[in-house]
Amino acid sequence: MKSLAILMGCAVAAWAASNDTFVIRNADVYPVTGAEMKGVSVLVQDGKIADIGAKIVAPKGMRVVDAKGLRVYPGMIDSGTELGLEEITSVRESVDTGELGEFMPQLRALVAVNPGSEHFGVVRVNGITSVMTFPSTGGRGGGGRFGGGEQQLISGQAALIHTDGWTWEDMAVERTAAMHLLFPSIAGRGGRGGSPIPDSVLELISGTAGASYTQARRTYEQQIAKLNDFFDQAHQYQKERAAHAPGFKTDLKMEAMIPVLDGKVPMAVSAGRASAIHDAIAFADKQNIKIVLLQPRELGKAAAELKAKNIPVILGRVLALPETEDDAYDQAFTLPVEAYKAGVKFAFGTFDNEFVRNLPFEAATAVAFGLPYDEALKAVTINPAQIWGVGNELGSVEKGKWADLVIATGDLLEIQTGIKHLYIKGKEVELTNKQTRLYEKYMAR
Amino acid sequence: MTKLKICRRDRSLTVAARNRRQSRDPQGAVGALLLAASIAIAPLSAQTTVIRNATIMTVTKGTLKGSIVVKDGKIAEVGEKVMEPAGAKVIDAGGQYVIPGIIDCHSHIAVDGSVNEGSVSVSSMVDIKDVINPEDIAIFRALAGGVTTANILHGSANAIGGQTLVLKMRWGKDAQGLIFEGAMPGIKFALGENPKRAGNPQGGRGATVVAEARYPATRMGIEDTIRQAFNEAKAYKAEWDTYNAKVAGGEHLIPPRKDLKLEPLKEILEGKRYIHAHCYRADEILMLIRVADDYGFKIRTFQHVLEGYKVAKEIAAHGAGASTFSDWFNFKVEAIDAIPYNAAIMQKYGVVVSMNSDDAELMRHLNTEAGKAMRYGGVSETEALAMVTLNPAKQLGIDNRVGSIETGKDADLVIYDKYPLSDFAKVQKVLIDGNLYFDRDQDVTGRAARQAEKQKLLDKEKQNQQRQQPPRRPGA
Repeated sequence: MKSLAILMGCAVAAWAASNDTFVIRNADVYPVTGAEMKGVSVLVQDGKIADIGAKIVAPKGMRVVDAKGLRVYPGMIDSGTELGLEEITSVRESVDTGELGEFMPQLRALVAVNPGSEHFGVVRVNGITSVMTFPSTGGRGGGGRFGGGEQQLISGQAALIHTDGWTWEDMAVERTAAMHLLFPSIAGRGGRGGSPIPDSVLELISGTAGASYTQARRTYEQQIAKLNDFFDQAHQYQKERAAHAPGFKTDLKMEAMIPVLDGKVPMAVSAGRASAIHDAIAFADKQNIKIVLLQPRELGKAAAELKAKNIPVILGRVLALPETEDDAYDQAFTLPVEAYKAGVKFAFGTFDNEFVRNLPFEAATAVAFGLPYDEALKAVTINPAQIWGVGNELGSVEKGKWADLVIATGDLLEIQTGIKHLYIKGKEVELTNKQTRLYEKYMAR
Repeated sequence: MTKLKICRRDRSLTVAARNRRQSRDPQGAVGALLLAASIAIAPLSAQTTVIRNATIMTVTKGTLKGSIVVKDGKIAEVGEKVMEPAGAKVIDAGGQYVIPGIIDCHSHIAVDGSVNEGSVSVSSMVDIKDVINPEDIAIFRALAGGVTTANILHGSANAIGGQTLVLKMRWGKDAQGLIFEGAMPGIKFALGENPKRAGNPQGGRGATVVAEARYPATRMGIEDTIRQAFNEAKAYKAEWDTYNAKVAGGEHLIPPRKDLKLEPLKEILEGKRYIHAHCYRADEILMLIRVADDYGFKIRTFQHVLEGYKVAKEIAAHGAGASTFSDWFNFKVEAIDAIPYNAAIMQKYGVVVSMNSDDAELMRHLNTEAGKAMRYGGVSETEALAMVTLNPAKQLGIDNRVGSIETGKDADLVIYDKYPLSDFAKVQKVLIDGNLYFDRDQDVTGRAARQAEKQKLLDKEKQNQQRQQPPRRPGA
């Protein structure tokens, strides 16, 4: 009896000391994968969700978070960022995206993630607990937008990371969640802001514009050929490696391609126009690789193909201008509902560090323009978790998953909702950052 | 008969506008142009419209459920119960929200060609009015986002930039038809990284290679550039004042030589032209306030003003407004201390704050930027809404005409399907001067027809090209 009491005492002490074991009480839980549960408790043990229900009794001494009148959601996931790799957009020294080289599959975004970046604190206070961080936003190598270097094709490995941690190893959820391919395109690649003129019109323009179109077409065909060559080499390498061919030499680029060829790591393919998406799908078929489409600017006929092949899509910014002058003003606002109606599985990405914190508002805009609400919520939680291969670890409030949780005053996607608590792997993260500190300092001036 | 009346009314209006303008328009030519143009584009707004069954957020007089009567382009009545004039066109809002037209205090849309005159550090002689492109699709897109008025400025390449212009988003009108008649003229100033960039061979974000460095290259040089310019302007003004005084005294004299660079600066010293100063850091904001104090002029607004919160007291004391971004940060070094609480802090210290876009996309949802002022720093609903309506109107000196839903003001109104300070809301209808300029339902239902028309044109062009080109021989 005495020893039991001592044991219990020890257990209490352990709970009191560990910061990833606690219970949330009186909460309205929005699990995303199931119906909402009003006034229930969530038990978090060792960073994981141990139980959810009305009848959970917290062991004596366990830390209790009262969430009366508040809602519990899974932390949000942004599927397209460069967080940790870029601090100040205009300062090259602070930017580590866009390495030199056309084919750079061996590069790992993860190792360049700066855990001390101010951006992490900024996105956390808005309820974002994980992000995909990419080695490039597209365009050119050699510091990307700073000009220089050739156009990149394979920019490297994207990582799924938590938005808090002491080191990049701590932060890593999936070290290589995807290999990033910038698919060649005649007019602009993934992301908006390419040519304002649609291909159908470009073809009709004579003179300089027409000539540059012909030139662009030639470059495009050359790039596709290069890309196929590179994959052929990788297949050849894989064969020789498996066969222990005499004189076989390890090649780091080729090594990095093997998980892609094996279908263990998806290729995240940036392609904007429907024609480029169609070509990217054909390429994936030919090379027999698994792909995730990034930042389509239109879907059109490609939507049916994506659905038929079960290819998930990461939609770029909803709050974006239409692709061409003639497009409907709400073209970007309605792309998510278009994807939904076509039966395509999708998640959202903001593709711009300064605006990652606006992820929930991008999703809400899609709802304003026709996307069912539940689909918008899924697209920032469970869908990205599943797309990036961690559907049984993150993305919903379910038993056994990491306790990446947000306690909010209202609807998670509503601009006026306040975030009260945030947990990553069950550890409470302070909702402060440089900006909140400056706020307090100058409010008291 | 009706038409005559309209013409007469507009003529008298225009003459008044012309008289106002001539006092500061050295050439007098602009006034004449406006007169001609105004007749051509006389808004046919004699129609009376009633917006019924609406949740009306007036900004100045609370929120009420009721109706708005619009007559001759103006708000004739607002109330829970109004007298609906017989024969009025009725818009049933079905309980949806009506707010005043959104005003963007900082935009670069509808500008034909390059927005920067980068060759000189004082480019006060250039004028946005000369480069308005009324066919810019961004006007329609802004309209579809609830914007009815925007302040159009040059870029920020020059310490003293070009002359600005206030436009209404009257999509379909010509350049003159877009101009917000009677709005105070303005001028852009710019501090910090952008105007000093051309002085630095390394440049920076968006820099172009310059053959020869352009003074200034530092924030110190920017102060000097502005002081030098006002030193000249002061002497120039004195010359004219002396001349005018002597002429008034009956003397016959040859007037001083007109200087197109100094004229706008003289107008600033006379309080006839507003300064909208692009800035980021607290030091440069304070610098400009002190320069203004020394030369006896006022800064009307600080634009972007991301560190405004650090010198909010000084901005308020000067009487300047602040037009900021809700949440941009870290896109450049001078934006590293930008915080989303900027608007709330400045407002707390008594600064008239607005949220601007500086961007053709962001311009389309300034309502959510107002919502962010509530999220970050807890600004009240009315104050937040004012940040995209009444406050920018005050900053542009047009609050007697627009910015709130009040009897006598221009009928610039936006109907939202949901609570407009939420990211779940979208614009349904937009009226400017009482005329329906945007109707989402009409836009959506008209798309198929427009697409068909476009396809027809493309097919026709294809046929034309095929006729012109001889058929290719196989294998050629």
